[in-house]
Amino acid sequence: MSVAATPSPLTSPKPARRQPVGLVFCCTVLGAAAQILMKTGANHMAQPGLLGMATNAPLMGGYCLYGLSTLLLVLALKDGELSLLYPVIALTYVWVTILSFLVFHDEINPWKLLGIVLIVSGVGVLGKGGRR
Amino acid sequence: MKTPISHMLLVLLAAFIGSFGGVFLKSGAEQVRDGWIYLFVSRNPPFFNWRLASGVALFLLSSYFFVLGIRPPGELSVLYPMVSLGYIFTLLWSRIFFKEPLTRTKFIGLGLIVAGVVFVGLGSK
Repeated sequence: MSVAATPSPLTSPKPARRQPVGLVFCCTVLGAAAQILMKTGANHMAQPGLLGMATNAPLMGGYCLYGLSTLLLVLALKDGELSLLYPVIALTYVWVTILSFLVFHDEINPWKLLGIVLIVSGVGVLGKGGRR
Repeated sequence: MKTPISHMLLVLLAAFIGSFGGVFLKSGAEQVRDGWIYLFVSRNPPFFNWRLASGVALFLLSSYFFVLGIRPPGELSVLYPMVSLGYIFTLLWSRIFFKEPLTRTKFIGLGLIVAGVVFVGLGSK
C-alpha cells in the first residue's frame, strides 16, 4: 500500500478542513432520502424479480441517490480524515427517523429523540474538532 | 430476546466489512485526480482505481449482510448497537493504515454517536 506516494493537499489554507464534514453532511441527507425512496419502492412492487425492480421508479431513484451520496463521501475522504468522517455517517439515522415520521408516520418516542440528540451533538463535537 | 445469534453475527459481519469499505474508499479517494471524469482513473499505474472500486464493492456486500441480518425476527434494538461497532473498528483502521491521530475530541464525538445509535435502536421496536 503506497498511501504515502500521493501527498494530500494539506498545504491549502485552514478553511479547507471544514469542508469535508459538510460534504459528509450532504452525503447523509442523500443517503437518508435514498432509503426512504427504496422503502417506498419496496412497498409498491408491481411485480417481483429483476424486471419489477428495474421498472420501479422510486427504487431506482433510491439507488441513484445512493450512488451520488457515495460520490460525495469519496470527495470528502480525498482530503479529510477517515476516523473523523466515518462516524458522521451516523447522521443518516437522524434523517431517516425524521423522514419516516413525516412520510410513513412511524412513531418518534423519547428513546429515539434522545438518540437523535446524542448523534447530533457527537457530530457537532467532531465537526468542531475537525476545524481546529 | 428474540433476535437469533445468526442475525447478530450477520450484522456484525456487515459492520466489519463496512469498516474496511471505508478504508478502501479513503485509500482510493487519495488517488482520485482533480476532475470527476477521472473518478476510477488512478494517478499511478495500472490507472484503474481498484481501491475505490473495492471500497464500493465492500459497501454493497456490507449492505447485503445488513439487510439479511435485520430481517425478522431480528430486532433493531439489539442490532443497531452492533452497527455502531463498525465506527470503532474504523477508528482502529484509521490509526493503523493512515496513521491518523486519535484525539480526545474524536473519542468524545464517537462515544456520543455510538450512544445515540444505541438509543435510536432502543426506540425502534
